[in-house]
Amino acid sequence: MSILVDQHTRIICQGFTGKQATFHSQQCLDYGAQLVGGVTPGRGGQIHLGLPVFNTVRQAVQATGATASMIYVPPPFAADAILEAADAGIRTIVCITEGIPVLHMLSVKAALRAYDAVLIGPNCPGIITPGECKIGIMPGFIHRPGCVGVVSRSGTLTYEAVHQTTRAGLGQSTCIGIGGDPIHGLDFVDVLEMFQNDPQTEGIIMVGEIGGSAEEEAADYIKIRVNKPVVGYIAGTTAPAGKRMGHAGAIVTGGRGTAAGKFAALKSAGVEIVDSPSKMGRRMAECLGRE
Amino acid sequence: MNLHEYQAKRLFASYGINVPRGIPAFSEQEACEAAVALGGEKWIVKAQIHAGGRGKAGGVKLADSIESVGKAASILLGMRLATAQTSGQGLPVEAVLVEAVHPIARELYLSCLVDRASERIRFMASSAGGMDIEEVAAVTPEKILTCAVDPAAGLQPYQCREIAFGIGLEGNQINALVRIMQGMYRLFLDKDASQIEINPLILTGDGQLLALDAKINIDESALFAHADIAELRDPAQEDSKERLARQHGLNYVTLDGNIGCMVNGAGLAMATMDLVKLHGGEPANFLDVGGGATQEKVAEAFKLILSDDAVKAVLVNIFGGIVRCNLIAEGIIAAVKEVQVKVPVVVRLEGTNAAEGRQLLAQSGLALIAAEDLDEAAKKAVEASA
Repeated sequence: MSILVDQHTRIICQGFTGKQATFHSQQCLDYGAQLVGGVTPGRGGQIHLGLPVFNTVRQAVQATGATASMIYVPPPFAADAILEAADAGIRTIVCITEGIPVLHMLSVKAALRAYDAVLIGPNCPGIITPGECKIGIMPGFIHRPGCVGVVSRSGTLTYEAVHQTTRAGLGQSTCIGIGGDPIHGLDFVDVLEMFQNDPQTEGIIMVGEIGGSAEEEAADYIKIRVNKPVVGYIAGTTAPAGKRMGHAGAIVTGGRGTAAGKFAALKSAGVEIVDSPSKMGRRMAECLGRE
Repeated sequence: MNLHEYQAKRLFASYGINVPRGIPAFSEQEACEAAVALGGEKWIVKAQIHAGGRGKAGGVKLADSIESVGKAASILLGMRLATAQTSGQGLPVEAVLVEAVHPIARELYLSCLVDRASERIRFMASSAGGMDIEEVAAVTPEKILTCAVDPAAGLQPYQCREIAFGIGLEGNQINALVRIMQGMYRLFLDKDASQIEINPLILTGDGQLLALDAKINIDESALFAHADIAELRDPAQEDSKERLARQHGLNYVTLDGNIGCMVNGAGLAMATMDLVKLHGGEPANFLDVGGGATQEKVAEAFKLILSDDAVKAVLVNIFGGIVRCNLIAEGIIAAVKEVQVKVPVVVRLEGTNAAEGRQLLAQSGLALIAAEDLDEAAKKAVEASA
């Protein structure tokens, strides 16, 4: 078991023929993911990376039976791409695009309530179930099938957690980057619930950062609903207030969303917090009794 | 992106939000001409910078003659104004706003922003205007009224009325506030704002509502759709290094320390700063070189970091994923040679082909200090900076 995606997941790529999409689609194919086609409006009927290109997501879904989509559409058009995927019946929508206007995402989130679809991202590395399915830009070969669920707002910190758990011999069940934007799809709480219910997942590494209150909400959830060990790290202790730290969502405003507040919330929920991201793997191994 | 008060007030006026009559001026003479054109006997001269707290810092001056308007303008224009919200150096004053003076009966607060928790645009209002809203929220949260707008239905008049009655308005003022809030909401959507704040919104002696101050923040990600707004950018108000970084596609934030940081990924970049601090050092900056970490980007990043004289050591922390560490090492070596880096550089490479990458660094003949572990890298950088 794993969460959301496995070796049977059939994937299409939106914005398929673009440069980034082409590179990362090839990587996903090399990893063994079931990428079955792509969408670029106006280029339907062509073959790209040996796969069929469609004009619309609906055509792609009808022809391929895809249930997941990986979106590399440029920011002005990404909201449209997300909703096109939802309306065509895609169940797992992974949006990699960085820089989507916030108001676009407000409309998208409101509209998505009408669909039975899960959105991961935007501005995220994507989702991977090691050895089975990779949807996104993460380096596949640092992963190993295993027992740790990883959920993070940051791409490279996810890779740190993955690398460390691989070296510790633990491996990963599924890893999800939920993205660095203020308004996004799946949140910590959603993913924690899935990991809690997934038998393959024995422990969870959660990587947060400054801004918003998602980590505090996660702490409340963990306190009452999660009995698997959780290791937590928050980036941005030294970030000055009122400054955006790279990610659109990483900003402390009005004294809210600080790393100190998030660390405290996680600690009070019984999360094993680490003061350095280099300790995430080791601490997880200790929690699972696999030192 | 921030707008100046005078730019924000022009937008307000075009959305039916009443503002005091005013004219921006860029010289003493223009300020005097503005006062003459406005007429009356009293004027207010306001320094235009991208920060609040101007009043307390001496950036807002009352004048009762054309001469004193000119004098106020000559003092303000060309100075750097430091307020509680700026760095110690302050921000340059290149424009003043000359306005007619209105008698104030009451000061109110009104703002709207994107609320992340509810994923809606939220209005906030308070009868305690003119004060720092965060202070009001901390001390007397019951004085703050809020409402969240359903994105499909839009802002409803009843929501505005609830706020209007709640902050003690009456009679014609109720509909006046409804119009102001609806104007703000339309402006917010039309221009992709991330925050609009009126503090204070005043009730004049004759019962009119006027936006005495105006603060508008625009979503940088949406500027592609708003050429008119993008033109309003004032580079003089921005950190020169942050501006340069943006032109090179780097994410950079200036900090006060002496250890330059170069990292791939925003989360890891923040974590690197935190580790420097944890090991007793002070980071000089936040810098995300992005996923590729190519020679070109690394070279630009070195130039940017080293343009800060305070920097005594540089910590490069790269997790090589799809771009392998040996390629990144080659990029770093070439960039260090190209930029002629003179301060110690600690490099931590991890990920794919990390050992090969470290070997390349060690054999480069350059003063590069290799580190395997994140903590070790931070420690070495702190030692090197001492």
